[in-house]
Amino acid sequence: MTTSANTLASARPAAAERRRPRTSSDKRRQHIAAYVLIAPFFLVFLAMLVVPLFYSGYLSLFQTKLVGGTTFVGIANYIRAFTDSQFLSGLGRMGLFLIIQVPVMVCLALFVALAIDSGRAKASTGARLLIFIPYAVPGVVATLLWGYIYGTDFGPITQIFQALGLHAPNLLSNANVLGSLMNIVTWEFVGYNMVIMYSALRSIPTDLYEAAEIDGAGQFRIAWSIKIPAIRPAILLTVIFSIIGTFQLFNEPELLQSIAPNAISSSYTPNLYAYTLAFVNHDVNYAATIAFALGFVIMIISFVVQIAQQRSQRQGASA
Amino acid sequence: MRRKTAQRIMTVGAAAAAMSLLVAGCSSPSTSSSSTKPVSASDITKAMNTPTTLNFWTWLPNVSTEVAMFEKKYPKIKVNVNNVGQGAAQYTKLTNAISAGKGAPDVAQVEYQYLPQFELTKSLLDLSPYGASKLKSSFSASTWNQVTQGSAVYGIPQDSGPMGDLYRADILKKAGITEAPKTWDDFATAAATVKAKTGSYLTDLPPNDAGAYIGLLWQAGVKPFKYSGGKDVTVNLDTATAQKVGTYWNTLLQKNLVAVDPNFTTQWYQGLDKGKYATWLTAAWGPVFLQGEAKDTAGLWKAAPLPQYSTTANVSANLGGSTDAVLKSTKNPIAAYELAKFINTDQQSIETLNTKQSLYPPQTSLLNSASFKAQSAPFYGGQKVNALFADITNTVDPDFEWPPFMAYVYSSFNNTLGKAIADKTDLNAGLAAWQKSIVSYAKGQGFTVTQ
Repeated sequence: MTTSANTLASARPAAAERRRPRTSSDKRRQHIAAYVLIAPFFLVFLAMLVVPLFYSGYLSLFQTKLVGGTTFVGIANYIRAFTDSQFLSGLGRMGLFLIIQVPVMVCLALFVALAIDSGRAKASTGARLLIFIPYAVPGVVATLLWGYIYGTDFGPITQIFQALGLHAPNLLSNANVLGSLMNIVTWEFVGYNMVIMYSALRSIPTDLYEAAEIDGAGQFRIAWSIKIPAIRPAILLTVIFSIIGTFQLFNEPELLQSIAPNAISSSYTPNLYAYTLAFVNHDVNYAATIAFALGFVIMIISFVVQIAQQRSQRQGASA
Repeated sequence: MRRKTAQRIMTVGAAAAAMSLLVAGCSSPSTSSSSTKPVSASDITKAMNTPTTLNFWTWLPNVSTEVAMFEKKYPKIKVNVNNVGQGAAQYTKLTNAISAGKGAPDVAQVEYQYLPQFELTKSLLDLSPYGASKLKSSFSASTWNQVTQGSAVYGIPQDSGPMGDLYRADILKKAGITEAPKTWDDFATAAATVKAKTGSYLTDLPPNDAGAYIGLLWQAGVKPFKYSGGKDVTVNLDTATAQKVGTYWNTLLQKNLVAVDPNFTTQWYQGLDKGKYATWLTAAWGPVFLQGEAKDTAGLWKAAPLPQYSTTANVSANLGGSTDAVLKSTKNPIAAYELAKFINTDQQSIETLNTKQSLYPPQTSLLNSASFKAQSAPFYGGQKVNALFADITNTVDPDFEWPPFMAYVYSSFNNTLGKAIADKTDLNAGLAAWQKSIVSYAKGQGFTVTQ
């Protein structure tokens, strides 16, 4: 990097010279450097994200039929999407998933992160690794694994129940399959969220704890009054990621579908629905519409969560 | 390798089910890979002596045996065999590759009832200029009718699937039943006996296999689809006859006498292996899957015709069966066609397909040979099943057609009638929902639908 050499060289001028006001040519040079440095990322970002986004947005304004070809239909597809019971029930299902699974997962991750951070947990490195491992297992493998565990005739859970002479629950039935999915996703992502929170916890200055202990605060009080408020941004981050992840749920239901084909319909989650539309129904335009509509819904929900969080923070600050 | 619900289904069996698929404006665009003028012998010789790599998508177990014969005959040609999934799973990938414009194989296994779908999108190569028309007499009329469209040939028949009743003689014997049920009434009675005496279900009614259910409807005389090209399609599933079939199975489901496990899943194979189901109502290719996945039961099976709706009737249906089709996108049309042709016409190859992979042959040379009919199958405890299925083939109503959107028909089944089977609710309500869903899809795709 010659630029860094230049900066180093120009970093040793006389003090008087250093106080010289920056000229516009300096500024321009800095601007150019900034653009040059950002260019590689920006090009990939454009090619891989922005262009496809616009392309699918463009696709969603048309309708292609097996008989009759392609016609421009404007926002008709969007009107159809937001009145489509299959799409809406998929959204509703994911909403339920969000309300139940995300809090459970975030609380679990937070609890584990706090436990490991407090240093009370024995062999914390081992525990950290053990909880993180599921995240390192690809989602596809994890789902196949759990699919086997849930198996209605020969799965380990069923076998254990039968060995105890009990009636085994059907974890893949219509009523239970959403819970089974929640369990898989929680298992997969607790470790990941825990690591994010744990890293945030490590960056809290320890003299705060000393001060708190002098004031006579116990571990729980410290966790509640110092640690959790301090890592609020990290918790919010995991929540936002989880919301996005929830609405984009695809791998797990898609793979479980092969063993529970009727409990998981082809429109079980919005993403699965988009996939079915594109690859079974050959309706790429409507699939693009669903994907876009889903994007809007995710944006709105993430935005609402962030606003709510900021508001509560302001209230906390003024309290 | 995920095995998605195996949507393997009946082929239009037997004669004259001409699915004439006049795709609107049937003139194929002449690209480098699809010329309409006949290919000369010298072109073929040249192509077969040029080093070439072919990609072949198929889910046929041990197909490498036949591929090796082909490579031995044409040492310059190398074939990569890929099993990208069975049935629907493969078609999804195939459709993706076709729309992406790259990554599609040269040759792919396609079931008869899916050909219309790929013909409609003009994805398959017309094989007649390559000499496929000359193969007409090598195949049974029924299968040949299903791969042709006017003078165009879109696939080479690989197997067919006359439906029968594969049953575990040992389990039935334990229940005191010495022969397979002759009528559906007997079948219902046997279901109760077998469940009570052995704990096994007499059969499994898979809630994820529209094809198997359509087979049962076909046998009952329902003709749900009519399509002869263009934009007119008939969807007529919800008929009085189809409701009779629904009512019959409703009763068995309510009494918990048949299982409702999704088929072609690990659990289902384990069920077969452990004798959870005493019969499997399926096609002649059934053993292909049993030999691999339920090895322990080899020799315990016997085959019989499907149960009948009356004592005087003798009808069957066709379930599944495949062709090898050449994709229009292939860079090596001659070599690709030669591969599809070799596997399904070379005498050694077709004999191996039948004896080693248990495919039921569409080739007349085998069907008419005395030695084929006289073969006893170790899997069936020495029973001469070929002769039985040859007879069954003649009892299949050939007048059966497929719509050009089978993928949707199958996937919709899982959410409607299949769901009713899984939940053991009224199948006829599910049937009506299935009909409704297909009709609205077809209308949305621009077809003119007759109900």
